[in-house]
Amino acid sequence: MDDMMFLTFLATLVGAAWRLATPLIFASIGEVFSERAGVLNIGLEGTMLVGAFCGFATAFATGSILLGLLAGVGGGMLFGLVFAFFTITIKADQIVVGAALNLLGMGLTAFVFRTYYVSTGKGIEIAQPIHIPWLSDLPFLGEAFFRQNLIVYSTILVAILATLVLYRTSFGLTLRAVGEHPKAVDVAGRNVAAYRYAAVMVGTGLAGLGGAFLTLGHSNQFVEGITSGRGFIALAVVVFARWSPIGAFFVSLLFGLFYALQLMLQAQASIVVPYQVLQALPYLMTIVTLVVVRGKGAAPSKLGQPYEMR
Amino acid sequence: MSAKPFLRIDNIRKRFGPIIASDGVTLEIDEGEIHALLGENGAGKSVLMSMICGMVRPDEGEIVYRGQSVRFNSPREAIRQRIGMVHQHFMLVPNLTVAENYILGQGSALKVINDMDKVHAKIRELSDHYALDVRPDALIEDLSVGEQQRVEILKVLFHGIDLLILDEPTAVLTPQETDRLLALMGELVKDGKTVVFISHKLDEVMRVSNRISVMRDGRVVHTVNVAETDARALARMMVGRDVGMELPRSPAAPGRIVLSVENLTCRSETGLPAVRGVSLDVRAGEIVGIAGVSGNGQTELSLALSGLLPVDAGRVVLNGTDITGLEPARINASGFSHIPEDRHKHGIVLSLSLSENTILQRYDQPPFAARGMLNRRAIGEHTRDLIKRFRVKSRDEDQRIGDLSGGNQQKLVVARELARNPDFILVNQLARGIDIGAMEFVMEEMLKQRDSGRAILLISTELEELFAICDRILVMCHGEILGELPPDRSRLDELGLLMAGKTADHLEQPALAG
Repeated sequence: MDDMMFLTFLATLVGAAWRLATPLIFASIGEVFSERAGVLNIGLEGTMLVGAFCGFATAFATGSILLGLLAGVGGGMLFGLVFAFFTITIKADQIVVGAALNLLGMGLTAFVFRTYYVSTGKGIEIAQPIHIPWLSDLPFLGEAFFRQNLIVYSTILVAILATLVLYRTSFGLTLRAVGEHPKAVDVAGRNVAAYRYAAVMVGTGLAGLGGAFLTLGHSNQFVEGITSGRGFIALAVVVFARWSPIGAFFVSLLFGLFYALQLMLQAQASIVVPYQVLQALPYLMTIVTLVVVRGKGAAPSKLGQPYEMR
Repeated sequence: MSAKPFLRIDNIRKRFGPIIASDGVTLEIDEGEIHALLGENGAGKSVLMSMICGMVRPDEGEIVYRGQSVRFNSPREAIRQRIGMVHQHFMLVPNLTVAENYILGQGSALKVINDMDKVHAKIRELSDHYALDVRPDALIEDLSVGEQQRVEILKVLFHGIDLLILDEPTAVLTPQETDRLLALMGELVKDGKTVVFISHKLDEVMRVSNRISVMRDGRVVHTVNVAETDARALARMMVGRDVGMELPRSPAAPGRIVLSVENLTCRSETGLPAVRGVSLDVRAGEIVGIAGVSGNGQTELSLALSGLLPVDAGRVVLNGTDITGLEPARINASGFSHIPEDRHKHGIVLSLSLSENTILQRYDQPPFAARGMLNRRAIGEHTRDLIKRFRVKSRDEDQRIGDLSGGNQQKLVVARELARNPDFILVNQLARGIDIGAMEFVMEEMLKQRDSGRAILLISTELEELFAICDRILVMCHGEILGELPPDRSRLDELGLLMAGKTADHLEQPALAG
């Protein structure tokens, strides 16, 4: 490869990385909220699937991507409400309920999809890239950063907004306290359960959005298990990012890079590695990450524990 | 309004399941005084104060505050009425700053935080006024326990209070920090505030308070002016209880030294000095008691002896062998039995069965195990035998030990430790949480062990327990052994004073403070 080709390769890689990172960014920033409030939602994978399906079905019926995205968020939150009810109100084990919801999400979306949509075989019109004038013509940078669709651009907004809410509002302050010392919050006169519900709603709403991106902004079809483990990778992203929204944004980009790399390497005829090995790259990196980033230093101390009121 | 007390607690009752925490408490607090609430652990001091500040709701009775009957459903409502409490376990969120902790739960949830400068300024102003040295932007997790306590006190002041309740504030402080806190209490009263201060330390209470109420078994038994009392009288009120049991026993016949402790020094889990150069010997065929108000290093002493806490200096010698700093398993295997203070933490595994609990230290030894497999029959037989001999009330040996009552759990721990044929038995709170019948039984068992030539060290805050079975009693205070007394009930006053940290030289003088 000469230098020019390599630069083009790099530009395409970075652009693809951001696109592929988008569902991870939404889901992991959402999970940061949830976990900061002490709720570990391992049901992200199922929630994302529900979001992907609701988004697809709505866009299929209405032809509107915006409505599809809203349906993705709504579907995720509805699913999250089930999770919240069992883990916060009933105080069931978060891991068990999360695992159950993953299975439910997979089964439910596959069932409804097969029953109503698979025979149609039709896809939908997805969100188109928006070329930002002038900037998109820049060499290298244009391809990498300024030829994305609106959903991809919105990840920046979500990351900034999440940071402001978490660190600059009374809501965010209380949320961070709830995962660390819920009793102090209770004594200060705030309802711990309400905050945990809110945190789970933010988390599953964003996970639903991340799922909806897969069908509305990436592929134009719903496929069974379309999330292919992104919900679990988002959980790893949160740990790597040390429970910070901005961190989650950049760590997601890193994982997006692995996704993009394996896709593009598969297309390189000169590389003779079985494509399965390349496909495993993002998952391998997840394991490596969890091994390298050890210690619970920044984890909310009441993560996964129900709060017992007096 | 002037004749009425500032705060009046009238015949308050509160029970938690079978435990009666407040048994008709009546107490009056005057405006502008420092009122100390004195009593042993479990006397019901903290629960009473939690009811005043809205943490716990009373079952019966009335609280009259500034002439009006009040009922708080939450600490927030109490703070609105300008009553604030600093709990023994701090209500501070470690990953937030001081200022963030102060504004937690204030104002609307949707509020954008944009007035931190004002909050910081107000904190600095208060901090300067009381010389508390609190930095508003410090993270709680970076602060020492003493600093966190000042942050807690300032938090209550920040919210604006007239009545401040402090729950065992000095338990976690160094002597210097304690001095500083006691001075602060004086400052607060000068500013027109009223302070209620829970403690079980006589000397502190004598130093700062105007009046003292002594609590025992969920009741206020006396309220006295400091000027009209002395440490001797207070000690008597605190520990004086109906003299109970007389167990028949023969005089001890002490033999060789089994356990010898030389100059043992160690720190508590939080890193504060806890045991300061303790030396003692326990001989075969005697029971040596250690008396003391809890929190004076007894817990750390027993943990250090049994290998559960690192030893900073000194030696522990058992049967002529140095066992200092060995692993607990090695210490256990060398003829050392331990009946711990906190049996749920160090004594038993609640989710395991009785038989599994009886072999916790010997699961890999014959006859309980052979070739890496457990011998269920031998374990069952052994456990059934212990259950029968020690009258442990249980369904069978496979029952989960967590389902038994505290007394029966304790009996099984005692049975297990004695069955290991130890030379030395360390007991911390022999009769904690068990009923009279079981108590008498385990005490008799201890006397039998003594008569068969074992050496026993009994650490207890229950003086009755010590008087009933010990052959001599050492008194521990501030991590040191202050003196030794015979188990003679007529010398209760002397014992009480030693427990309060007043050594023999002080006994000659009349009341110290006042």
